[in-house]
Amino acid sequence: MSGCTVLQNERPHMTLGILFRVPLKRHHLPAFVEQPTLFGGTERKRDHCRLQTGTMQFSGRKRRIITNSQTEVYGHTVQFYGQPPLENISLSEFETFAVERLKLLKTVENLGVSHVKLSEPYTQKLEKEFKALNFPYRPENEDRKSQTGPSEQEKRRKDHISHFILRLAYCQTEDLRRWFIQQEVDLFRFRFHILHSKQKLELLHRNNLEYDAISAEEKTTLREKLINSSYGVSGITLEEQDFYKVPFQDALDLVRTRKVYLKAGYAYIPHQDIVTIVLNDFRTRLSKALALTARSLPAVQSDERLQPLLNHLSHAYVGQDYSIQKNVGKISLEQIDPLSGKSFPLCMRQLHQSLRENHHLRHGGRMQYGLFLKGIGLSLEQALQFWRSEFIRGKVDADKFDKQYAYSIRHMFGKEGKRTDYTPYSCMKVILSNAPSQGDHHGCPFRHSDPELLKQKLQFYKVSPSGISQILELVKGMHYQLACQKYFELTHNIEDASFSLNHPNQYFIESQKVLNGGKEIKRETDTPQRSQDKSAARGSREATANAPQALAEMTEDLDFFFQDA
Amino acid sequence: MPSSDYDPASLPDLLPLYYRRLFPFSQYYRWLNYGGVHKNYFQNREFSFTLKDDIYVRYQSFSTQADLEKEMQKMNPYKIDIGAIYSHRPNQHNTVKSGTFQALEKELVFDIDMTDYDDVRSCCSAADICSKCWTLMTIAIKILDRALREDFGFQHLLWVYSGRRGVHCWVCDEAARKLSVAARSAVAEYLSLVKGGDETVKKVVLNDPIHPLIRESLTVVEHYFPRYALQDQDILGRKDSVNKVLGLVPEDVRKELQQRFQNERKPETRWALIEGQAEKKQATAKKGQYFEKEIMLQYCYPRLDVNVSKGVNHLLKSPFSVHPKTGRISVPMDLKDLDTFDPFAVPTISMICEELDRSRAGEEEEKSEDTKEKEEETAAAEKRKIRDYKRTSLAKYVKYFDQFLDGIAQSWKGELIRKNDLKKEF
Ligand SMILES: [Zn+2]
Repeated sequence: MSGCTVLQNERPHMTLGILFRVPLKRHHLPAFVEQPTLFGGTERKRDHCRLQTGTMQFSGRKRRIITNSQTEVYGHTVQFYGQPPLENISLSEFETFAVERLKLLKTVENLGVSHVKLSEPYTQKLEKEFKALNFPYRPENEDRKSQTGPSEQEKRRKDHISHFILRLAYCQTEDLRRWFIQQEVDLFRFRFHILHSKQKLELLHRNNLEYDAISAEEKTTLREKLINSSYGVSGITLEEQDFYKVPFQDALDLVRTRKVYLKAGYAYIPHQDIVTIVLNDFRTRLSKALALTARSLPAVQSDERLQPLLNHLSHAYVGQDYSIQKNVGKISLEQIDPLSGKSFPLCMRQLHQSLRENHHLRHGGRMQYGLFLKGIGLSLEQALQFWRSEFIRGKVDADKFDKQYAYSIRHMFGKEGKRTDYTPYSCMKVILSNAPSQGDHHGCPFRHSDPELLKQKLQFYKVSPSGISQILELVKGMHYQLACQKYFELTHNIEDASFSLNHPNQYFIESQKVLNGGKEIKRETDTPQRSQDKSAARGSREATANAPQALAEMTEDLDFFFQDA
Repeated sequence: MPSSDYDPASLPDLLPLYYRRLFPFSQYYRWLNYGGVHKNYFQNREFSFTLKDDIYVRYQSFSTQADLEKEMQKMNPYKIDIGAIYSHRPNQHNTVKSGTFQALEKELVFDIDMTDYDDVRSCCSAADICSKCWTLMTIAIKILDRALREDFGFQHLLWVYSGRRGVHCWVCDEAARKLSVAARSAVAEYLSLVKGGDETVKKVVLNDPIHPLIRESLTVVEHYFPRYALQDQDILGRKDSVNKVLGLVPEDVRKELQQRFQNERKPETRWALIEGQAEKKQATAKKGQYFEKEIMLQYCYPRLDVNVSKGVNHLLKSPFSVHPKTGRISVPMDLKDLDTFDPFAVPTISMICEELDRSRAGEEEEKSEDTKEKEEETAAAEKRKIRDYKRTSLAKYVKYFDQFLDGIAQSWKGELIRKNDLKKEF
């Protein structure tokens, strides 16, 4: 098996303990980091990198791991990533590991949005991805059968090392940390889920996670309440189950969803839900570790070869960065009304409509819609004009607008406060965070509307009855993004959209592509049984034919954004 | 809503008097200093002031009680907000390296605002309130106070009338102040039952089993529902509101109820019909059918602004701040008298300033002051201020605030003893 000793003879390589001694060579980079301008001139800085063990922020203890002790290091399929890797690794392996873990995490993210976590299809698809990318997920003995490919130990090593590399790339901002933690936690959840209960206990034991069970008397006293707060616990199973009493802060997921009994600040967790505490532990540790890593980042940043690579890795996470304003001013305010009907996803169309009707939007709506508009190319001046002209038609006078609202709009464009350039919200963010409440119009209509109202709305927008029922079916299965994509297909007369929708601004760009003619149109004419719809499609195309040339140009520019990172 | 005698135009004249002679600075400082258990706890606290013409100044901070007094008396804020305890002094936030200035702790807060109930109250809308809909606040306080104490084990809850159309809760326990953003949002979500915006008709959906929190809350709601919803709001009287209620029951039940309602006008009997239907359904259905409970909760269960509770750095209007529109003082509420709490009886700034003037006649304090030494003078001023608010209708609220502070003081005394013991050990 390929151990460290072999790799030491290979050049270039690096020692993970004393990181990155050897210059990066371009031909060792995987295709997607091929960035001549960023990596130029790296050869000469041989002595410049001084990354010490501690900078990767793993406990700081310098324990050398020798090749033949690997079995001990990787004693379990599932890891808590307590100790950093210290061995030597080839540069190409370093990058392959990082890129492949990123792929895995993105799969985790996508599946989490389009499926119920841990549901049958979710598990199946994720297992497939684990296999394809050679990450460990099944305990050793079951994996032995496969003769080809890397061994279980090699997979575990890859799991270990790749996790730590991405920590470096994803510790840099709050946003990145949140994303990384979320995906890693989901990944862990999946792997924990498929373990047998004996293996679960072994894992807990191995990582010193022991929890206090309540006494039989306490269980009897609280019987009724425990049954009514825990899903799937009945009078019979209650007898057999242990309940663990932990501070409520350690079981936030159960608290949030009211799936646990709370008393005097303690959560009473049935054994079947122990995963929650374990996940919480995992999350807390990772979050702390990332904060520590972030603190040591200046050292990493001083390495001009490493930094571009890490940046590249971290930029890959949202797919596209729609905050980059490539098309500023190429869209006029007069175009917003017609565009909202043709090319806005339902969430933005809804926000636009209620803004026009009420001459006001509450904070959540202003953020979601404002950043979207920024993403499609409104300049700061245009945005100010747009919001101002609408608001002063309502209860807000010009003076009040300038005092109370203008600031937050400049803020969105990074002109105030922390000067962060805010990124338009992705579907994930719209669906998962900040659900609308009374008086709000933001959120995802597929997620946050009553099915009945959604149905009416779709009817109003002239979606065919069969289309509506397809959409509602997807909504029922909680596939909100797929529902939105279906809505796109139906309103653009496309049989099968060739993209996977995950961002409202992506919706807009794809829509413009279709409406202004492009490869998608060709696809459409290729498709049979479309004769009835054709006239409608042509109608909409003719309408946009009148749109200024600028729009077509913009679409071309946006294509640039769209090349996969 | 009549604010009796208050005229917003008089605010600039009244505020100096209020901050010089009535604002309970010593209690206020005693609260936010939390016994001095943690270093710089008061000094690193953010205050923000809203000044004349809506000028908003953030990141104010003060080193001592005297400093706070001096600044407030100089700036005479129309409104005071309290923010988080930061890693550095907020008024120096520009001088510290970016990224290191961070909000560390804050009370866990809740904001309940009557405007969030607009779809379920017919008596008023937006910022208006009346004694009818105020019941919603009473219900909210009862439900949340119980849950925060019994479920989460918090003890030091300060409920404050916002001065206009809602209430705030400040959970002041040390454990609450230290909660992470994630924990705060989990607590808020645990307590939130009414979900969805204008695009959602049915905002409460119950599943089996019904969590103890919901059961406990239902007993509160059931107590107020007949009087509040059936009588005061008459939700089963007018045609449009009847339809709204019927929109929340399953379709087959709706048809039957519509028919039976034609011969039955009395709201209580109509409600009994709904309950009867629910009972019938529950007897036959496999899965829980709780539409009568869902209706009650949708109409009465507290509606929280989760975002206010979530953020450590979120600002919330301070107790004893004045509401510029109504002139009412944001006063702490004694839950012993919750059922009789009348927001319209809360004193306005003009009222208490007048009370001060009225009782001044016959007092000799102004004369004697000139002759005293400066230090004595401040001590006397302090004493006088205590006497001052005691002569106004603010007194009973300050007295309650004192009791509340005595309660927390017990806990920080314990904390100080622990700390001292630790020191001795080393
Ligand atoms: Zn009212």
